[in-house]
Amino acid sequence: MAKAKDALFDPLFNNNPIALQILGICSALAVTNKLSTALTMAIAVTLVTGFSNAAVSVIRSHIPSSIRIIVQMTIIATLVIIVDQMLKAFAYEMSKALSVYVGLIITNCIVMGRAEAYAMKNPVVPSFLDGIGNGLGYGLILLLVGIVRELFGSGKLFGIVILNPTTNGGWYVTNGLMLLAPSAFFLIGFIIWALRTWKPELQE
Amino acid sequence: MAHYLTIFINSVFIDNIALTFFLGMCTFIAVSKKVKTALMLGIAVVVVEVITVPVNNLLYVYLLKKGALAWAGLPNLDLSFLGLICYIAVIAAMVQILEMALDKYVPALYNALGIFLPLITVNCAILGASLFMVERDYNLAESTVYGTGVGVGFALAICLLAGIREKLTYSDVPKGLRGVGITFIIVGLMAISFRAFSGLQF
Repeated sequence: MAKAKDALFDPLFNNNPIALQILGICSALAVTNKLSTALTMAIAVTLVTGFSNAAVSVIRSHIPSSIRIIVQMTIIATLVIIVDQMLKAFAYEMSKALSVYVGLIITNCIVMGRAEAYAMKNPVVPSFLDGIGNGLGYGLILLLVGIVRELFGSGKLFGIVILNPTTNGGWYVTNGLMLLAPSAFFLIGFIIWALRTWKPELQE
Repeated sequence: MAHYLTIFINSVFIDNIALTFFLGMCTFIAVSKKVKTALMLGIAVVVVEVITVPVNNLLYVYLLKKGALAWAGLPNLDLSFLGLICYIAVIAAMVQILEMALDKYVPALYNALGIFLPLITVNCAILGASLFMVERDYNLAESTVYGTGVGVGFALAICLLAGIREKLTYSDVPKGLRGVGITFIIVGLMAISFRAFSGLQF
C-alpha cells in the first residue's frame, strides 16, 4: 500500500516531472495562457501517461528490448490518437485552441520517460498509479502557471472576469507580458526556485 | 521566390520553434551546456527536419488526406486520423536510416553526433514541424523550405543558449536557482529578444 501511495504522490512534489526531472516542458508552456486549455491538457496527459504505463507494464516481459522504443511509441501514439479524436468529437473549440499540442503528447518526454523508467520494471497497478501521479505532477505545474498567466494577463479565470480590466471600464491594467510565451519560462523558473528553497536537498 | 524567403525567415526568427512554440524544450535545456555539443545537435536537427517534413508532406498529400486515395478507387476515405502514428513512424524510420547511412559513409560525423541522433526521434520540434506543415497546408516545396528553416532556427537558438550558459558558470547564482532554474529564466529573456523580430515584413 505504501508503495502505491509513493508511486502516486511522489511525483507531485519530491520528484515533479517538470520542475525536477525536466521532462515534458515542450507542450507544457504553450497551452498555459488560459486556464481552461491548461486543464484540458493536464487531464489528457494524465490519462495518456496512466494508460500507456499500464499497457506497457502488461506486456513488459514480452517486448524484445531492441524494439521496445517503437513498441512504446505505438502504444502511446494510439492513446494520443484516441484522446485527439475524443477532443475533436466532443470539444471541437478546445481541440482547435490546443492545435498541434495534443498530437505532441506523443513526444512528451514524461510519457516515454515513465514507460521506459518505471513501467518496464514494475507490475501493472503501481505502473498505472505512477503514470497518473506523474500526470498530476505535470498538471499541478500547468495549472499554477495557467492561473497566474490568465489572472494577471487578462484578469480572468476560466474566462470569468475576476480583476476587471481597464479596457472593460474597470481598474485593472492587464499585464500583456503574461499572455506572451516568455512569461511561462519565468514562472517555471520561479516555481523551480521556490520548490528548491522549500526542499534544499533537491538543489544542484 | 520571395514567398519561400518569407517562409524561411519566418520559421528561423519570428516563429522560432524553440523560443516561440516551446518545442524541443527537453533537449534544448538538457543539451545546451557546451557550445560544441549544442552545435552538433543543431546540425543533426537540421538534417532530420529537412528530410522528415517533405516526406511527411508527401505521405499526407498522397495517402492520408481526404480524397487522397481516389486513385485506388476510394475517393471518400479520410485517413487523416492516422496522421500522428504515421508521422512518428516516418521520423523514427528516417532517424534510423540516417544513423545507419552515416555510420557507413561518414563515420566521423556519426561518432561526433553519438547519442543525439536517436534522441532526435522523441524531440517534439521534429514532430511539431510536421504537424504545423499539415495545419498550414504547405505544398512540397514550401514544406522543404519550412523544414530547413525550423531546423536552422532550432540550431541557432540552442547555440546561443549554450554560449550564455558557458559564460554563466562564472557567475554567482542563488542556490535554489542554480542549474535548471536560471536556465529557464535565460530562455525567457531570449524569447523576449526574439520577439523583436516579429513585425518584420518582406
